[in-house]
Amino acid sequence: MTLLQLEDVSVTYRTADGPVPAVRGVSLELEAGSTLGIAGESGSGKSTVAATVLRLNPASATVTGRVLLDGEDVLGMNFGRLRAVRWAEASIVFQGALHSLNPLQKIGRQVAEPVLLHGQADTRRGADAMTRELLGQVGLPPRLASSYPHQLSGGQKQRVMIAMALACGPRLIIADEPTTALDVMVQAQVLDLLTALVHDLGVGLVVISHDLSVLGTTCDRLAVMYAGRVVEEGPSADVLDRARHPYTRALSAAYPTIGDPAARFAPRGLPGDPPWPGDLPAGCPFHPRCPEAVDVCRTEDVRLRPAAPGHQAACVHVAAEVTG
Amino acid sequence: MNSRPVLEAAGLSTSFRARGGRVARAVDGVDLELGRGEIVALVGESGCGKTTLARTLLGLERPSAGQVLVGGVPLRYDGRALKAFRRRVQLVLQDPTGSLNPRHTVYEAVAEGLRVHGVAGDEQQRVVDALSRVGMRPAERYFLRYPHELSGGQRQRVVIAGALVLEPEVLVADEPVSSLDASVRGEILALLLQLRDELGLSVLVVTHDLGLAWNIADRIAVMYLGRIVESGPTEQVLADPSHPYTRALLSVVPESHHLEPVVLAGEPPDPTRMPAGCRFHPRCPQLASGEAAAAGVDGECRAGSLPVLPASKEHAAACFLSAARQGMLTD
Repeated sequence: MTLLQLEDVSVTYRTADGPVPAVRGVSLELEAGSTLGIAGESGSGKSTVAATVLRLNPASATVTGRVLLDGEDVLGMNFGRLRAVRWAEASIVFQGALHSLNPLQKIGRQVAEPVLLHGQADTRRGADAMTRELLGQVGLPPRLASSYPHQLSGGQKQRVMIAMALACGPRLIIADEPTTALDVMVQAQVLDLLTALVHDLGVGLVVISHDLSVLGTTCDRLAVMYAGRVVEEGPSADVLDRARHPYTRALSAAYPTIGDPAARFAPRGLPGDPPWPGDLPAGCPFHPRCPEAVDVCRTEDVRLRPAAPGHQAACVHVAAEVTG
Repeated sequence: MNSRPVLEAAGLSTSFRARGGRVARAVDGVDLELGRGEIVALVGESGCGKTTLARTLLGLERPSAGQVLVGGVPLRYDGRALKAFRRRVQLVLQDPTGSLNPRHTVYEAVAEGLRVHGVAGDEQQRVVDALSRVGMRPAERYFLRYPHELSGGQRQRVVIAGALVLEPEVLVADEPVSSLDASVRGEILALLLQLRDELGLSVLVVTHDLGLAWNIADRIAVMYLGRIVESGPTEQVLADPSHPYTRALLSVVPESHHLEPVVLAGEPPDPTRMPAGCRFHPRCPQLASGEAAAAGVDGECRAGSLPVLPASKEHAAACFLSAARQGMLTD
């Protein structure tokens, strides 16, 4: 059975300025033991998708569609069931995790908390033993259990957050910008760790990032979001090297290949800024910034269409290539 | 035409007193030059001292040894000299949201520097010029906007306009695009290149982003624990890195496909406790693999003293092993 399945998920926030559609009909799948990357810029809806998987959206959000975790609809769960599912079946490593640790509590206590709450260990002593094991699993010396967060480096804190996410043996881990605040070297360490966990423990991993190249090295499949929609989705290598949506191509070009003469003294970006979800352009929401826009893009809101086996993109040009 | 570098560090060191009476040698002997119209990228991990070096070059920190030179003249640290200096060397910070006052309009944000420096003349014209330079046209349309009404890219343009309005010779940009959306990043980098071409501006970009260096920098200086460990023309340093640290840094960047990833264990060591010998030796993969021993330099790596890398435009690295290998090549 598919570990995680999102079917036509939409999330709308009620705000003082009216409803803001943050996510508009997203469908995605993830099998156990594999990794899905979700790429997008601010306002693309990628973090809202992450929060929706565990129903962590604020009260102002209206969610429609289905979120199936091992076939069970998360949106229909009662609160008790939901509470059991969080941590034990699926857990989230949040963006800005470096500030999510309680500064006044020792690391060991914080890692032990989900262990005790979810009955993974009955005694303090048992929880302590598990904590040491978890710290070891993420490559930290067990003695760090008696340290306070301020005594740890950024990379170590991120590892602690991952240890907590693993505490109850979840089948699904969602990592929202897990490496954004980290240095390149530490980023590589954390990504290696996450990849190893998928491999060794057979968990499913969803990684969310604004950096397409980070996702490309870690993920089996990639979904690119723009203005609340998935605009391209497929195997990582295909999406990176044979991108079919002009937005995906722009995102890839934003981080140049070092050594590529075409990128030397030629930084590439897009004119304009990502649209505000409350005020989306008509037609294809990307058309005002699109270098390949044609007349029909101003009026036709193109949905995902097949581009290659297992690879789809939401662009009028894709249809032209397939049919013609 | 003055051929001296517009901004120079000569034997520069900056120390801080750390807890427990120890001294953190954040910058520990740096020679670096920034030529007119040149873009230099200063790269390294957090804690390597790159931001302290930039702050010292801006006159915001006093060096504990060595000098900052502007157009060949040593910087003096009295109020008047510093103020004049800051007109010539302007800072652009990482997070435009944090560096703009949310209660100031775009006009006030850009004009502030003119008022602080008591610049005579047509203030409004200067603000219009600066905003036009950064691509915010027609400038008048933005005058009364507040930062929250602008996008991230526009905010960073306003910050750059606020620096340009004083007609500086140098911009020091600390991670100028790291808080911006990927698709906007290229536009801001293109703007920096354009300002160099149009105004002959020199730019020192402080970043951990090697792709950014590849995009815009003429030269690159790689910093590790307070020292420049490798520097030279960007093509040479990034295509053919000599220092094991540069190689490791480059190999973990997802944008470089040709290198086998070398993930260094641990994090940059503590500037209050400099290792003896080459300061990179505790993490050096070449020393650990025995390559340094095979070349007969492992003793030097652990205990020898490396000279400060000179401020030259040539490609050079502070590494016993690469020096030994180059010696072998030239013999």
